[in-house]
Amino acid sequence: MEKIYIFKRFERFWHWTQALLIITMMITGFEIHGTYSNLGFERAVEWHTLAAWALITLWVFAIFWHFTTGEWKQYVPTTEKVEAMMRYYLTGIFTHAPHPFRVTTLHKHNPLQRLAYLFVKLMINPLIWATGLLYLFYSSWDKWGLGFLNLEWVATAHVIGAFMMLIFFIAHIYLATTGHKPMSHIKAMITGWEEIE
Amino acid sequence: MFIKDLLTAPVLGFALALAVSMPAAATATPAAGAAQDTGAEIGKAIEGAADKAAADVSAAAEKAAAEAGKGAQAPAPLAAAAAAEAKSSSTADHSKFEELEIDFKSGPEVTLACLKCHTEAAKQIHKTQHWTWEYTNPDTGQKLGKKHVINNFCTSVKSNNTFCSACHIGYGWADDGFDFSSEANVDCIVCHDTTGTYKKLPGLSGHPNYETMEWPPHSGKFRPPTDLKKIAQNVGPTSRKTCGTCHFYGGGGDAVKHGDLDSSLTNPGRYLDVHMDSEGLNFTCSRCHVTDEHEVSGSRYKPTASDEKGARVPGSLDPRNPTTCVACHGNTPHPDKMAKLNDHTRKLACQTCHIPAYARSTLQTKMSWDWSTAGKLDEQGQRIQLKNSAGKVVYDSKKGTFSYDRYVVPEYQWFNGKVNFTLFGDKVSEDSVVKINEFQGDANDPDARIWPVRVFRGKQMYDKGLQTLAVLHTAGDDDAAFWGNYDWDKAMEVGMHSAGSEYSGEFGFVSTEMSWPITHMVSPKEDALECEDCHSDAGRLAGIEGIYLPARDRMTLIDTIGFAVALLALIGVLIHGGIRAILAKREG
Repeated sequence: MEKIYIFKRFERFWHWTQALLIITMMITGFEIHGTYSNLGFERAVEWHTLAAWALITLWVFAIFWHFTTGEWKQYVPTTEKVEAMMRYYLTGIFTHAPHPFRVTTLHKHNPLQRLAYLFVKLMINPLIWATGLLYLFYSSWDKWGLGFLNLEWVATAHVIGAFMMLIFFIAHIYLATTGHKPMSHIKAMITGWEEIE
Repeated sequence: MFIKDLLTAPVLGFALALAVSMPAAATATPAAGAAQDTGAEIGKAIEGAADKAAADVSAAAEKAAAEAGKGAQAPAPLAAAAAAEAKSSSTADHSKFEELEIDFKSGPEVTLACLKCHTEAAKQIHKTQHWTWEYTNPDTGQKLGKKHVINNFCTSVKSNNTFCSACHIGYGWADDGFDFSSEANVDCIVCHDTTGTYKKLPGLSGHPNYETMEWPPHSGKFRPPTDLKKIAQNVGPTSRKTCGTCHFYGGGGDAVKHGDLDSSLTNPGRYLDVHMDSEGLNFTCSRCHVTDEHEVSGSRYKPTASDEKGARVPGSLDPRNPTTCVACHGNTPHPDKMAKLNDHTRKLACQTCHIPAYARSTLQTKMSWDWSTAGKLDEQGQRIQLKNSAGKVVYDSKKGTFSYDRYVVPEYQWFNGKVNFTLFGDKVSEDSVVKINEFQGDANDPDARIWPVRVFRGKQMYDKGLQTLAVLHTAGDDDAAFWGNYDWDKAMEVGMHSAGSEYSGEFGFVSTEMSWPITHMVSPKEDALECEDCHSDAGRLAGIEGIYLPARDRMTLIDTIGFAVALLALIGVLIHGGIRAILAKREG
């Protein structure tokens, strides 16, 4: 059994804090959306707003970290082995076929992960950021010359972002169990050390 | 609160980080903050002044109550009158005036004595709506006022003046021959009495009783002659009680017409009205209905639905009507911690959240009036009166069927301050509900706000031939008045004639609705509505159109697709994981 160190301390802190904040925002967000009643609308808004500012701050640091460390290159998309990865998840995983991708410190995400995370960072996150901030500053639209916007569309776009995040979240949690052993990836995310074959 | 405190901190802390990506946010925030600070300072100044005034007043009230002899034993109206007197800072003691050392025989004699010093008072009164009962709406050109409007309570003043004039600030308006230019006919006392003993009785055309009189009729109780000398020597500023003499009893009884105005406001607690709280701020009506030259501000015929200009600072040359919440509190009255609430003022009237229900005392307000059942008599041909468990009349041969309620949750609608009335002569039919008055405005109207509204529903007479709301001659000692003769046709004929029209000979009943913006009985802030009272599926604003209301509104298609895909993803991973688990187990 070989172990390699792939997730550095800040990265792990970023990941788990982000996870906590996103879960909080999904729970409170769908309450604000009116899907259910739990904390009460006022407290749901308070927590959602608080978590939003915290997450924005975290993202500011994370973006800084990605650029200064060069880790952003981990998300450069590639089509190489994408098909092999798909085949692996559809059949290989059941027959103990060898994993088509080998994790290294320089390439810690498999090609499908690269694409998925890039999609999150370039599509889902900016959509949620932009619509969320607009939603938050709704009453300043006129002042900012954004009077042409319509709350219904902004809110709907925000909700679409939320659904994409929810779907990503479900898939992400499950795929986290598809390592060498079910807990391998999760342990790696906690300790930084990934067990590989 | 912990969360609220934290909420503002990150906003400031991260302004620097944000400045890169959101310069607009960073620059706009301080400006908004400064504006709020100014508002808050004015608010504080007002609060401070009010606190001081309240302290003075309550000290005076306590002193007055103590002086009333038996302290707590003093009957409430007396204590109130004494308090009103004690708080007067007047430089004149009217009991020392020779002009008032007269055994007045009538109201007009008192008025003439008043006018010896207050030379311009009657001329001022003559210009007011209180006197003319007439108001021409500048927006619509409609001639309104009690003189012209047909409502869905007693319906019309016309042909019924001897009774209705009990609430006119004049003496002798019995019919169209009333002299509106007479100064002696102005009733000073009804607004300036502090003794609580002055009462204009229905049937006397605006006069009090000058001789002993059985009241209420056939009750076996007798009212002594009105002591005009004592009253004249004790005049003072208007009070909740004097304004309430008419405004609490509109529609023919306590709490009947308005719901947010009734005798419980004579000495209300903080719960009932945070401003009028007799042991707190102790506002009189005129604290908000600021009056100049006897012209009382604030009108239900042309209300100010939104007040964009903010607080009206003393000294302002702005001539606008100051009888709004905003006139003192501004448009951003909530503290920074609750800044989101300040955003709401662009769409909501303050009253919407701050008056969660009206008729919040023990008094029931009337909710509906069905005239179509009126006129039924018992086997002896006598008037029938049926009462509910609270002792309120639910059927009266004279008037028909009523319903009542307390703690009434208002209805809500967009309102921009413009009101259209259905007046005498306007076409009505049984096919649709006739709006006695209709509030204008919608979500796209910058002057419109969502207002709490009292809607009074009725069924009332209309002339089938002329297709107009009818004027019915209800009150009077003659043989045509409906209240006493119960002859619809006769009463219609006299009533319609008084409105300058011929009765077609055929009458029916139309369903009607009349609306009032709810604006009194302002709750303390802790009783204001909670967010989810509106931000929920079946909340108070369920029927409000034209806005996107979070938690109420959603695009159901997006929700359906979103949750369906999420569910499919969940099922997918469970199947995938299940197969893996089974295989792993088999391999052992």
